Amino acid sequence: MAAYVARRAGYYVALLLVAVCLSYTLAATALQPRAYFEARQPPPRPAAVDAQLTALGIDDRTPLYDRFGHWAAHAVRGDLGRTIDDTSVNDEFGRRVGVSLRLLLVGTLAGTVLGILAGAWTAVRQYRLSDRLVTVGSFLLLSTPVFLLAVLLKIGAIRLNQALGTDLIRFTGETTPGLRGGWWAHAKDRAVHLLLPSLSIGLITIATYSRYQRSTMLDVLGSDYLRTAQAKGLTRRKALLKHGLRTALIPMSTFFSYNFLAVFTGAIFTEAIFGWHGMGEWLVGSIGKDDVNSVVAVSSFAAVVVLFSGLVADVLHAALDPRIRHS
Amino acid sequence: MNDPVLDISGLTVDFGGVPAVRGVDLHLGRGEVLGLVGESGSGKSVTALAAMGLLPAAAHVGGSVRLDGAELVGAGDKALSRVRGNRVAMVFQDPLSAFTPVYRIGDQIVEAIRTHQDLSREKAAARAVELLDLVGIPEPRLRAAAFPHEFSGGMRQRAMIAMAVANNPDVLLADEPTTALDVTVQAQILDVLRTARRETGAALLLVSHDLGVIAGMADRVAVMYAGRIVETAPVDALFAAPRMPYTLGLIGAVPRLDADAEGRLEPLVPIPGAPPAPGALPPGCAFAPRCPLAEDRCRETEPLLTAAGRAGKATHPAGAADPAHLAACVRAEEVGALRPLDVFPVPGTDGALRKAGPGGGRPVADDVLRVTDLARTFPLLKGAIVKRRVGSVHAVDGVDLDIRAGEVLGLVGESGSGKSTTLFEILELRPPERGSVEVLGRSVEGLTRRDARALRAGVQIVFQDPMASLDPRLPVGDIVAEPLRAQHADRALVARRVPELLRRVGLEPAHADRFPHEFSGGQRQRIGIARALAVDPRLLILDEPVSALDVSVQAGILNLLLRLRAELGLAYLFVSHDLSVVRHVADRVGVMYLGRTVETGAVAEVFARPLHPYTQALLSAVPLPDPVRERARTRILLPGDPPSPTSRPSGCPFRSRCQVFAALDPGRKERCTTQAPALAPQGGDHTAACHFPAERAVL
Ligand code: SF4
Ligand code: SF4
Repeated sequence: MAAYVARRAGYYVALLLVAVCLSYTLAATALQPRAYFEARQPPPRPAAVDAQLTALGIDDRTPLYDRFGHWAAHAVRGDLGRTIDDTSVNDEFGRRVGVSLRLLLVGTLAGTVLGILAGAWTAVRQYRLSDRLVTVGSFLLLSTPVFLLAVLLKIGAIRLNQALGTDLIRFTGETTPGLRGGWWAHAKDRAVHLLLPSLSIGLITIATYSRYQRSTMLDVLGSDYLRTAQAKGLTRRKALLKHGLRTALIPMSTFFSYNFLAVFTGAIFTEAIFGWHGMGEWLVGSIGKDDVNSVVAVSSFAAVVVLFSGLVADVLHAALDPRIRHS
Repeated sequence: MNDPVLDISGLTVDFGGVPAVRGVDLHLGRGEVLGLVGESGSGKSVTALAAMGLLPAAAHVGGSVRLDGAELVGAGDKALSRVRGNRVAMVFQDPLSAFTPVYRIGDQIVEAIRTHQDLSREKAAARAVELLDLVGIPEPRLRAAAFPHEFSGGMRQRAMIAMAVANNPDVLLADEPTTALDVTVQAQILDVLRTARRETGAALLLVSHDLGVIAGMADRVAVMYAGRIVETAPVDALFAAPRMPYTLGLIGAVPRLDADAEGRLEPLVPIPGAPPAPGALPPGCAFAPRCPLAEDRCRETEPLLTAAGRAGKATHPAGAADPAHLAACVRAEEVGALRPLDVFPVPGTDGALRKAGPGGGRPVADDVLRVTDLARTFPLLKGAIVKRRVGSVHAVDGVDLDIRAGEVLGLVGESGSGKSTTLFEILELRPPERGSVEVLGRSVEGLTRRDARALRAGVQIVFQDPMASLDPRLPVGDIVAEPLRAQHADRALVARRVPELLRRVGLEPAHADRFPHEFSGGQRQRIGIARALAVDPRLLILDEPVSALDVSVQAGILNLLLRLRAELGLAYLFVSHDLSVVRHVADRVGVMYLGRTVETGAVAEVFARPLHPYTQALLSAVPLPDPVRERARTRILLPGDPPSPTSRPSGCPFRSRCQVFAALDPGRKERCTTQAPALAPQGGDHTAACHFPAERAVL
């Protein structure tokens, strides 16, 4: 198992390097930091613009591979360069990474688990009322864009708050500014703030996973080995859990890493709508400012997240399916 | 029989209103073996599954199934789970999918034990190893840790039986337990089933479509047709004097390996038509539309299963009816005295086409196919992204064949013997890796495209699965005309040929406008044959042409092939795993093992006097649909499975399983281990590749 994980990890590190190179190339060629400076009022002198660009290491007169070499030399030492406003990318990264991870992790992990359970459950109850309800619900969710869902959730929360006359659900930012109280009050406050953003991510994850899980589970339900498990005296429930669900989960683990990318993209909207200052917000802002180094930092973060989830998926896959470890 | 351990009465199963089982009564006595025979769709497997409450939720089960008096139909899942695997255990057909792929074989058996017995994990594991040993798995301690995909089909079925007997059940239900297996492996598994029964004393309900298997195993037999039992009797009575025309037809339709005393083979009797669809049963006797004896009264009410075979009170003297022999036919008494050929006429000349035993010799004619020392290896690749070669699969490694014009050569061998690769190599019409191929007298070496096209028209193929080989979107007329169009035939010719071809294979010219799905399996295979005949080939390659068909339908196709061959002077290369079928259609036979031809000769000669130990074992493994003869035979049981074609042992490739080798003294063994035997003449045109060929009776 350890050898297998090490092999997969090596493979993902290689992929990560490729992803970083590609995102740097793309950002450095598509974005125009020179235009950003030139558009300033009053227009700066060309020499000043050149000097500024050179200082930031994003001068388009330097050949691309030299710029990349310069950036990479710093990056391997843990320095992601300067933003276009000449602040440290590292500092900004540090401030935002936790925000994004909290947002992404709670929503996706809860969504994945609930989605899988919903999928397995509806498969077992195929064509019954509960199955139909979940099916209709997931298709509705899947056809709703993330931002619309987020806005709808927000409106719902406002209505609820108005009806109750208190601020039961808070949805702006991560914490209530100036909150007093002990550790517990702070934790509760954070949880309340997390609710809606996590729901908007989680609901869609539930919908997607339940669809996939339902179909893999249906395949397993008709399988001969499930019948064998019952024939040897397992109750249906036990056979389903021990022999059915485990096998039906195997194809899902591959899906896990793909889904993470979609969630990450969706999270950009979620952050904006709920006023979270995470990576998504930074990405949108940086693209607007032609900020090459920041865009590369966010893209690399996305790559790490996706590839790491790929590794987690591989580990899960190997844990569920011992044949992999043995071949 | 006063105290049946499993008592099924009035069992009905329907799937969404479509009846699959319509009132089945079966009584399984303690320790008894009851064979349940029927063709696909007859409801036999559904009956077995219903008895264990293992049908999907969509099935609606009625009637009663009692185990030692306790009712199982309608019992809850909890109650049933205490019975299943404990008092009633099941062996399923396809052992590949019957084990959960992600758990070790040993663990799955342990689970079966611990579900019903209060044993520690260690004790249960030790017991699982014992069980694997009992069913003949070599190195059981080691193999218990293997995953299902690491087992061969035969080993998986052994493990399945080990799991079934883990809790000493009173009843074993085996649903087509050997159907997916090769014949030598089938013989092993049947032997294991016998061992399992001896150890547990369990009664066995053996569901099978194979009359030979039933004849060898069962004490009593029940025949199912269209969801009902139509006849049941002690095995000898059933085979000797069946009372229901359907049973009679089935027995007459099965090709037999053994000839009668004068060395003659009975013609096969095809049962006309096809079984009715479950939702569209005819009124009265369900078999009436196919029954040559049907009368008006047959179509009025469905005959009951009775001792005298009469719906009403018996009018004949008491004692004439055997209370254990029941049939659902109004003419049962008459049928008892008839033979298959009396009831099911073999159309036209088909009956006269039988070969009259050995002799006759080969036709004096040109070769249509000559293959010498053919070899084909495939690289064995490994690696996810960069593939590297880690070895070779010697799929074909020395095949010799020759077919003269108008001759039928049967090519037999088990899965992995290289039959299919041999066919593809021949059809490629390209110079082989090693050896030579001559088609219609021309070497495939240096063929131009035009020559190749001409040769291709002369050699046509009929595939195993008629549904997969016919384009479902084309009307039958277009399918049949395909090879003609490929040869750029003009419209007038196509318009003339298509009706002619359809008539030739026993279909109506009007069928040309229909689509493949409107036809039954047998009719589809006829379409495939018509297509192959379109361009007047001289050689037809038949790749397992009847193995997807039920016996009653198969007989009709085999008779058709014999007739076509007589009418058109065709030569066939007939590839089959079924030796009885080959015995019926072929003049000569080639036996393959591990990519090599090991024996060739006239069918009558090779089957009566096999010289290669493998041929002997193969023939010995084929069950005869005749309980008396079948039980009198002594079997040669080959150990293990064929070795993998990736390794190429020195000396004789059959050595690892050879029963003759095992008995040799060390000095003579030496020869088998060091020298590969060549295909050598053994008198006449009989050849065998063995250093120590010796006759041995196998039938
Ligand atoms: S009842 Fe009539 S139709 Fe049915 S099998 Fe007997 S003779 Fe044939
Ligand atoms: S050559 Fe030897 S090992 Fe091979 S089949 Fe003959 S006796 Fe058996």
